[in-house]
Amino acid sequence: MPTQILMPALSPTMEEGKLAKWIKAEGDEITAGDVIAEIETDKATMEVEAVDEGKLGKILIPEGTEAVKVNTPIAVILADGEDSSAIDGAGAAPAPAPAAAAETPAAPEPAAPAVQTAPARQEVPADPDIPEGTQMVDTTVREALRDAMAEEMRRDESVFVMGEEVAEYQGAYKITQGLLDEFGARRVVDTPITEHGFAGLGVGAALAGLRPIVEFMTFNFAMQAIDHIINSAAKTLYMSGGQMHNAIVFRGPNGAAARVGAQHSQDYAAWYGQIPGLKVVQPWSAADAKGLLKSAIRDPNPVVFLENEILYGHASPVPLLDDHTVPIGRAKVVRSGDAATIVSFGIGMTYATQAAEALAADGIQCDVIDLRTIRPMDIDTVIESVKRTGRVVSVEEGWPQHGVGAEIGMKVSERAFDWLDAPPVRICGKDVPMPYAANLEKLALPNVQEVVDAVKAVAYI
Amino acid sequence: MASSPKTASRRASSRGTRSRKSNSKAKAAAPAGLPKDEELEAYRMMLLIRRFEEKAGQMYGMGLIGGFCHLYIGQEAVVTGVQLATREGDQVITSYRDHGHMLACGMEARGVMAELTGRQGGYSKGKGGSMHMFSVEKAFYGGHGIVGAQVSLGTGLAFANRYREDGKVSLTYLGDGAINQGQVYESFNMAKLWNLPVVYVIENNKYGMGTSISRASSTTDLSQRGASFDIPGDQVDGMDVRAVKAAAGKALDYARSGKGPFILEMLTYRYRGHSMSDPAKYRSKEEVQKMRQEHDPIEQVKARLLGEHGLEEDDLKAVDKDIRAIVNEAADFAQIDPEPDPSELWTDVYA
Repeated sequence: MPTQILMPALSPTMEEGKLAKWIKAEGDEITAGDVIAEIETDKATMEVEAVDEGKLGKILIPEGTEAVKVNTPIAVILADGEDSSAIDGAGAAPAPAPAAAAETPAAPEPAAPAVQTAPARQEVPADPDIPEGTQMVDTTVREALRDAMAEEMRRDESVFVMGEEVAEYQGAYKITQGLLDEFGARRVVDTPITEHGFAGLGVGAALAGLRPIVEFMTFNFAMQAIDHIINSAAKTLYMSGGQMHNAIVFRGPNGAAARVGAQHSQDYAAWYGQIPGLKVVQPWSAADAKGLLKSAIRDPNPVVFLENEILYGHASPVPLLDDHTVPIGRAKVVRSGDAATIVSFGIGMTYATQAAEALAADGIQCDVIDLRTIRPMDIDTVIESVKRTGRVVSVEEGWPQHGVGAEIGMKVSERAFDWLDAPPVRICGKDVPMPYAANLEKLALPNVQEVVDAVKAVAYI
Repeated sequence: MASSPKTASRRASSRGTRSRKSNSKAKAAAPAGLPKDEELEAYRMMLLIRRFEEKAGQMYGMGLIGGFCHLYIGQEAVVTGVQLATREGDQVITSYRDHGHMLACGMEARGVMAELTGRQGGYSKGKGGSMHMFSVEKAFYGGHGIVGAQVSLGTGLAFANRYREDGKVSLTYLGDGAINQGQVYESFNMAKLWNLPVVYVIENNKYGMGTSISRASSTTDLSQRGASFDIPGDQVDGMDVRAVKAAAGKALDYARSGKGPFILEMLTYRYRGHSMSDPAKYRSKEEVQKMRQEHDPIEQVKARLLGEHGLEEDDLKAVDKDIRAIVNEAADFAQIDPEPDPSELWTDVYA
């Protein structure tokens, strides 16, 4: 009976991709291991190999098709003796297990074209700080980060980027795509897999006056380098009586991606947020990702810049300005209402904004505040809001104990206790290492309903 | 296990540089002598370091210096000899046994001593202490308290030198304890991969805290620790300032010429314990006595100054007097200088 080939998932976070090219044509004989097609994810172009033998009976998705969902049948393979008359039956059959598997990891693809797949939309409200009439361009967080680095590298010769796969591979998550071509190997430096060593090397270069951007493939790996981030970078200005500066950015994806297990799914906002001497930034929208990264690169202090793999592919409007910067340490009110104050940052804003929308449909209007910077935290904006709403719900993917929500709850209790009509509530990741199973992972992370329920609880609705 | 005075004596008595790599022709020959003015300069510097450290030890005993305090007494020839071979702008970075390095870089004794007493006139305004002092002006990059961390940082200084092509070399010091830290080898790998201008100076004083090198290291020829990265290394008599200067000159030329990192293992000895609170019972009194009597770096120079360089005892007494004056002035300043203003608690957290 004919076998369907399904659109394969080629990365932990891939939900759809572009069928870039068919290598085999209808009627071609196929043996297991043959490359039959090329698929572009938002990170790379990958070859798809056949796992079954037979004849390529029919191509169901023509090449060039964008946004093909994972598990969509893309072709049919006929077994010996079958002819195309069998195809209709195959089409009606329930989808079998994926018939094609990709080679992982992808071979480096330096010439990978720019991201083509239709990105997820982020509904980001207009920013009052951006001049009226400014042209806005839909941009993914990934491109926004890349543009920020490129602009700052053009502006300042002492800025360079280093990390694993940042140059020839074009970035493990394609954040540094194109930088090697423009700036060369002197300023876009591939490192060996030695987080501790290259983080220290970066701080040393910063002590000597350069402005390194140190990319960690994920902040989970930066735990090996945390001694340099804290002991060498954060404390040196103080220990030197203000003499020895180090302007350095540590950046990379932070927190959970999708089903990558406990060691690759930790949110470090609270960890770094505790350290005097560090600035800690965690943007949500593309415009903030760009503006804050530019500010971070110019900042004379060490900055920990926490990104999120799932947000990389999300698009939202970025102002078309020659020099769009966002000040570090300023929160943004993205939605207004009197029922409660929802405070979040980074990917937590996804739950916060969706919950606020769901509540608004029920006539419950909330303030939603995007902290954007964890340290220094713009708690004034939160307090101001809480004094109006009398209620606060924090949302983050990190753990509850000593989390960012714990800090917000305490600050609100210290400064707005008399205005509170309900105890502060925090929605967090559950207090467990991240599980792998899809259902358990979903349970471990916060969700929109939890935020909705929390708001209703503090508003006594 | 008791430490072995025999081993210590044999190792430290090796003369000159012993290179195991093909790039070096120097073989256990007596090092070339230094001209009189350089010997005298070395004598002054080593004496300054020793008198300074003795004073620091004394002040620690009086409760004027707090916390950790690691003295450099016995190892003076290492940093003194290396500095004789450097050029203006070459950077120095080390770990926590750092007072000698600061003085050899030209930082003022009073500023270092006032930092030890935690006063506002200290190099870090009293906020760093013994292990954390810096001088941008003198290219001294600390002063680091985490064993081995300075090796990655020093490699980063070299990265900046190569980035700017400014001809500077990073002199990155580490001990025989730090040499077993993982990041040292991460740094060696990157330094050779990119041929960074850095000289790693391993001060092998035979004890990492209270553990002798043979009890802590599977191989004890530390000059060869870069072998698997193709980094050449020389073993040097670190008690003989002439040998140190010669070896450092060769290593600096190598690094400056673009060939990449070089390792110098300085065989040296600290007379005092690891820190002020260490009674050093892991080694015998005889071992220490033997080193002091037969290999003291200052006595070696003194003998040559009085012998082949024809100086008189009175000439050296004048130097001693100068040095004592500098150290006493530093000690006085460090006691009368006020503590930092309470407002300093909140400054210098962010630039």
